[in-house]
Amino acid sequence: MSVQQETTSTAVQPARRTAAPRSEWAKARERLGWILITPTIVVIMVVAFYPLIRVLYLSLTNARLGSINAPRFLGFANYAITFRDPTFLTALNHTIVFTVLTVALETVFGLGIALIIHSNFRGRGAVRAAMLIPWAIPTVVSSRMWAFMFNDVFGVINDLLFTRLHLLSHKVAWIANPATALPAVIAVDVWKTTPFMALLLLAGLQVIPGDIYEAATVDGASKLQQFWTMTLPLLRPALMVALIFRTMDAFRVFDMPFVIKGTAPETITLGIYARQQLVDFQKLGQGSAISVIIFLFIVVFVVIYTWLLRSEEA
Amino acid sequence: MAQAAQAMPRTRAKGPSVGQIISRILFYLLVVFILIYTIFPFYWAVVTSFKRGGDLFLTPVQYFPDPVSLESYDYVFTNGDFLRALLNSTIVSLVTVLLALAIGSLAAYALGRLPFRGKNVVLYTTLAMTTFPAIAILPALFQMVRATNLYNTLTALIFTYLTFTLPFTVWVLTNFFKTLPAELEEASLVDGATPFQTFYLVLLPLAAPGLVTTGLLAFIAAWSEFLFALTFTQDYHARTVQVAIAQFSGNTGYELPWGNIMAASVLVTVPLIVLVLIFQRRIIAGLTAGAVKG
Repeated sequence: MSVQQETTSTAVQPARRTAAPRSEWAKARERLGWILITPTIVVIMVVAFYPLIRVLYLSLTNARLGSINAPRFLGFANYAITFRDPTFLTALNHTIVFTVLTVALETVFGLGIALIIHSNFRGRGAVRAAMLIPWAIPTVVSSRMWAFMFNDVFGVINDLLFTRLHLLSHKVAWIANPATALPAVIAVDVWKTTPFMALLLLAGLQVIPGDIYEAATVDGASKLQQFWTMTLPLLRPALMVALIFRTMDAFRVFDMPFVIKGTAPETITLGIYARQQLVDFQKLGQGSAISVIIFLFIVVFVVIYTWLLRSEEA
Repeated sequence: MAQAAQAMPRTRAKGPSVGQIISRILFYLLVVFILIYTIFPFYWAVVTSFKRGGDLFLTPVQYFPDPVSLESYDYVFTNGDFLRALLNSTIVSLVTVLLALAIGSLAAYALGRLPFRGKNVVLYTTLAMTTFPAIAILPALFQMVRATNLYNTLTALIFTYLTFTLPFTVWVLTNFFKTLPAELEEASLVDGATPFQTFYLVLLPLAAPGLVTTGLLAFIAAWSEFLFALTFTQDYHARTVQVAIAQFSGNTGYELPWGNIMAASVLVTVPLIVLVLIFQRRIIAGLTAGAVKG
């Protein structure tokens, strides 16, 4: 009970830069602020910042797991080795294809679904609830579910497309076939994340005031014109944020292709490649170099996106 | 799609024309298609889990289990390794979420309500952390886990899971605390409470709904985590359900025991779906809190 009653009148004033003496209460609050964030800062330092710095350091050494020798400093040798490794180039290629295609498809489909849910119709609440289901299902489970659906002989997808609808001339081994393995993985991610994208964009649509559309209709603008000239520009901030988050998420993809095909060359991504060097080959130094490369790619994305966002606002 | 979507409310005034009826039918067909696309894969997992082993390999495929069989669930519920994994996942997810809430709510109160210098640096660093790629710190965490003899323990998972549960908790709860009215603290001050009492006795109880939603979202993230669980564990002592499901294989090579895999998958997913549907409004609000402001 250190707070004196007579300080009340000054303490509740938010402006503290005035010449008036700062009250006990305000000082106590600032002190408390630092005390309260200390545990969080300590934990984040230990489980995130220190490891990140350590990975940067390890990437410059020849450290190996389980080796008793002290790691030797190599400079950028690990990076040079990585960039020359054909597996790295394959993984990089897959990761870029995966990121570009999933983000593009999820954004377009997500926007379409968001526009549909945004309109008034019976059963709207149920559709919106259903959108949460793919998001709530763990990625490992989704991957396993789809792997069985993609099964060449007993899978429901071949049953639908070949046996029942006759859209295919033969059953396709979607996951075993190198040409369809990556598209299959992309399809699973699009299924899992499109509904979530739709919900993010729906939240953006809901803050656009409805009366501007009435005014535009009175002025004779078609629905399509309204979409291109009003909805899309007004949705841009929500769209950009969703794109940033999705791109970062897609670029570090690991779970889905790993559960479906392990470290197989048809679907190896940078995330899988990094873990393979680290765990399977025990190469701590080179695994760290790949981790740093993934991290830098993501940082570059964020910088580009925020720069685009800024230059648009200006 | 935008046209169909926005044409809807306008059909009320006059009687609907043929064109409007057709566009309405097309619109509902599209809605039904989206619903089927969204839900069918999980329906398929459930159907598969209730089929007899042999019925999985019938062609053409059965779209409904006939007869309904519980043999896959029987297998899963008598599989010691899977039950242990279920226990491991429950312990890891609950403890990491409780830790994240306990530590994170303190920081969130400070960041959301208390004035102090350097606040924005902490806040934006935390936001950056929520999008941090786990793979970027995996090598160092792996080395730390091995150096501290925590490899293949639940403790290793609980601590490393804080890398994503804690920043997320802090960010969402900070936004939540910001929305509470300032009068509460003033009233509490008049009553002679210290700042910490104000937090503990007045604001924390009011934040209960925010804590529940945030905890639920963090729980889903921890329950579904795969990369750390796969890398930092070796056997049933610490293996989580996600790793167990990913590594489920038959004792006789060729075809995987899909019925058992799907039964296990349905078991670890149904609780999440039920929780998400119960809390759907709050979850959508919580997920979009930081994302739509731009």
